[in-house]
Amino acid sequence: MQYIPNILFVIALVAGIGYFTKNIRKVIRNIRLGKDVDRSDNKGARWKNMAMIALGQSKMVRRPIAGILHIVVYLGFIIINLEVLEIIIDGIFGTHRVFAPLGSFYDFLIGSFEILALLVLVSVVLFWIRRNVINIRRFKTLKGWPKNDGNIILYFEVVLMTLFLTMNAADLQLQAIGAEHYIKAGAYPVSQYISPLFGGVSEGSLIILERTAWWLHILGILVFLNYLYFSKHLHILLAFPNTFFADLKPKGEFDNLEAVTKEVMLMMDPNADPFAAPAEDEEAGEPEKFGASDVMDLNWAQLLNSYTCTECGRCTSECPANQTGKKLSPRKIMMDTRDRLQEVGANIDKNGSFVDDGKQLLNDYITAEELWACTSCNACVEACPVSISPLSIIMDMRRYLVMEQSAAPSDLNNMMSNIENNGAPWPFNQMDRLNWSNE
Amino acid sequence: MSETVKVPTMAEYMAEGKQPEVLFWVGCAGSFDDRAKKITKAFVKLLHNANVDFAVLGTEESCTGDPAKRAGNEFLFQMQAVTNIEVMNAYEIKKVVTACPHCFNTIKNEYPSLGGEYEVMHHTQFLKSLLDEGRLTVEGGKFKGKRITFHDPCYLGRANNVYEAPRDLLKKLEVELIEMKRCKRNGLCCGAGGAQMFKEPEPGNKDVNIERTEDALETKPDIIAAGCPFCNTMMTDGVKNKEKEDSIEVLDVAELIANAQDL
Ligand code: SF4
Ligand code: SF4
Repeated sequence: MQYIPNILFVIALVAGIGYFTKNIRKVIRNIRLGKDVDRSDNKGARWKNMAMIALGQSKMVRRPIAGILHIVVYLGFIIINLEVLEIIIDGIFGTHRVFAPLGSFYDFLIGSFEILALLVLVSVVLFWIRRNVINIRRFKTLKGWPKNDGNIILYFEVVLMTLFLTMNAADLQLQAIGAEHYIKAGAYPVSQYISPLFGGVSEGSLIILERTAWWLHILGILVFLNYLYFSKHLHILLAFPNTFFADLKPKGEFDNLEAVTKEVMLMMDPNADPFAAPAEDEEAGEPEKFGASDVMDLNWAQLLNSYTCTECGRCTSECPANQTGKKLSPRKIMMDTRDRLQEVGANIDKNGSFVDDGKQLLNDYITAEELWACTSCNACVEACPVSISPLSIIMDMRRYLVMEQSAAPSDLNNMMSNIENNGAPWPFNQMDRLNWSNE
Repeated sequence: MSETVKVPTMAEYMAEGKQPEVLFWVGCAGSFDDRAKKITKAFVKLLHNANVDFAVLGTEESCTGDPAKRAGNEFLFQMQAVTNIEVMNAYEIKKVVTACPHCFNTIKNEYPSLGGEYEVMHHTQFLKSLLDEGRLTVEGGKFKGKRITFHDPCYLGRANNVYEAPRDLLKKLEVELIEMKRCKRNGLCCGAGGAQMFKEPEPGNKDVNIERTEDALETKPDIIAAGCPFCNTMMTDGVKNKEKEDSIEVLDVAELIANAQDL
């Protein structure tokens, strides 16, 4: 009988971690639906980006208020997780505060966890006010699930931190009355102010309170872990690979499509026989599709981007098109990509492999009007705190519209036929190109 | 502006068996747009003034393909790129300077993997290097003490991290350089990039160039300095829209330097 809590704990742990692993594998599988792209060069710069941007939050603090609050919550999150390690060991082996023998270092640890927990509480309250009370456009424009998601995470944090402090306060009181099992350990700079509330409470009730808080705390953490998959909060994990694999090229450099290069070289080659049969290896597969109309046409780094997006809207708030009332929102581009990818993933779960559902990213999620409003200014890329490029998805979708569907706005078609015919976007003769010198 | 400037072509250099120090890539706007042609001429004057041995491709130059690429037409872009690269490689071009950030970005970043590897400079970078080498002098002249704000072109700034060269040149003019609230990496687009220059904007409640002109007007400038022919057009239109064209000029950095010395 005495091992029942240990067994229950192990079951909860295995179930929690197991379900989480299952979903993460889905995320990885879905990301792999993307096309290949080489992001293995220049490892040094990649590690550095990850250290600076994901770990060091260097881009978060470009907006100081949100940035500093975010760092507090993030540090709290990481450091308080050390405490989770102790909880797990205690839970499995039925010990209590197994790290207590660390002595004054333990006091220091518990003390700093408590202070961080308090700071996290304060920050979370401020975050909630920013999201719900202050009129910040990038939050106000969120509706439905994304809006709730943002708040649910904050409530989670409040509950977890409160449970943590309650657990400590009850423990401290139990230590004070010399309850068996509750060894004197730890420093409690915050919960020492809560524990007097439990002054007259009996030892039995205190133990129930402490155990309840302990259990709810660890179960809460397991639930939170599993919540990530359904939430923008996945960024706490994916920000690391995403900043590592981010494009290192200058922001103005767009990739040159290799499939196009092959055809162009063939067309330009005076020795090529235009009626020659296609080379062996080309015959087999379908002709390559240019650009992207659905998530499978994007590359895996773009799909990883979509899962990493925190929906913060910094990109959209800097976007010139969005600021001037156009439909385009780079945040929406990322959220749509993720939603569609999840839909495709669910389709694969159900059918074993993807079965055409008559939908695609283009039109069903992202409209041509949004795509054509982009000035390719890179403001969204610069603003993103986790190195996402909404622009690269916009460009790939434009490529599909133009090269597969010839669906460019008519003004652009004129511009392009001018380039094709006279080597300039306007109807001027190439032979007049030097006329300016004697006008 | 009817005055002839001497502009040697690569073909002429080739005929004499010589190689210039640098190829001046004029670009479509610089060749055909009436406003941008003035920038081209101002830059040529500065090149002559600094005794730079330069040439242009003239009728052998063709659009870099930038607007086609940003519009999504990768085919047309690569056709243009490959044609231009063939011409430039035939002349064994090593170094290119251009007054258009779009040409600059495309040739510098997107031509190499198609076989066109050159050292590419924006004209503000090139002028800065002439200044540093003592070949060019920049003086305040008639702009001394004027309030000037510089609008960062997206394809020079964020796209390629060039923020200081144009500012260094402006400071040499002994002007009062005032930054807009959104500048450098946070600079707002003028609205022309990504092939927007060639189409009507999507429905919205404002044009991007008006939004950007308002940023500029907040600094109460005498002059709005630009480093891109397209930004120049957008800002000029914005200033006209605000009926401020009598008190505020929109000028390229090259024009400012050339005009300051009455070249
Ligand atoms: S690149 Fe396009 S989507 Fe991104 S901020 Fe600029 S206009 Fe908006
Ligand atoms: S793309 Fe980046 S900036 Fe935009 S909402 Fe997502 S995380 Fe925020």
